[in-house]
Amino acid sequence: MIREALVVSAILFSIGVLGVLTRRNALILFMCVELMLNAVNLSFIALSRLHGVTGQVFVLFVMTVAAAEAAVGLAIVISVFRHYRTLDLSRIRLLRG
Amino acid sequence: MGTVFIVHFWLFSTLAIGSALAMVTRRNPVAAALWLVNVMFALAALYVMLGAQFLGATQVLVYAGAVMVVFVFVVMLLNLGVGDDSERGSRVAALTASAISAGLAAELLFVVRSHPLPATLQPVAPDALAPIADSLFRENLVAFEVTSVLLLVAVVGAVVLAKRGRVADEARS
Repeated sequence: MIREALVVSAILFSIGVLGVLTRRNALILFMCVELMLNAVNLSFIALSRLHGVTGQVFVLFVMTVAAAEAAVGLAIVISVFRHYRTLDLSRIRLLRG
Repeated sequence: MGTVFIVHFWLFSTLAIGSALAMVTRRNPVAAALWLVNVMFALAALYVMLGAQFLGATQVLVYAGAVMVVFVFVVMLLNLGVGDDSERGSRVAALTASAISAGLAAELLFVVRSHPLPATLQPVAPDALAPIADSLFRENLVAFEVTSVLLLVAVVGAVVLAKRGRVADEARS
């Protein structure tokens, strides 16, 4: 059961990586990052059945950091959209050489 | 480990993976957000099956309830349609990205398969919350307090970022 949960976690994380690499919409990129964080949470919870309850405490911290990241990230997204009128990352290229 | 348990475990695993794939491929941000909510619910069910009932409830409350509502709220606020999202990446880039993530998945699966795991599971306490609270408020108390500072910084940062954009808009007009 633990190994199967780790397999599911690995697949979900890879799907998140695929989304981050392929999508151009900044909001969907954020959702893919959330998906990766959730995949790691599943690993933590699966391994907490083997190594004690500290893994579940880590998941609480990850959730807190994810909530803070979503708040600040979405504020940045709103600022960027106000400036460029788009969220298409291929068109936001101020720092691209 | 009964048959019913295994059937439900794979049911929710398939639901999570399928919804994640649907989320990655949707063009409409609202559709992607709703598929992500589906992933969160399936993961909450998996957490409960793995003996973390409190975190399953927290997952539904925090992620499906709060974070995703903020996402959908931003989509509505910015009035994003499908047309804003060109998604015209080159085929080479898409293939490269697929190869990278497939390679990462293969690597992770290899590590998971090859690493020996202890056979004995820790028992789930009947009052599952007490050990979590004990660890959170004794061993990890400093980290817990630092978390409150992090949340304060995030709140202030979000307000400052959103407000600065408005001031700049007013100055421009």
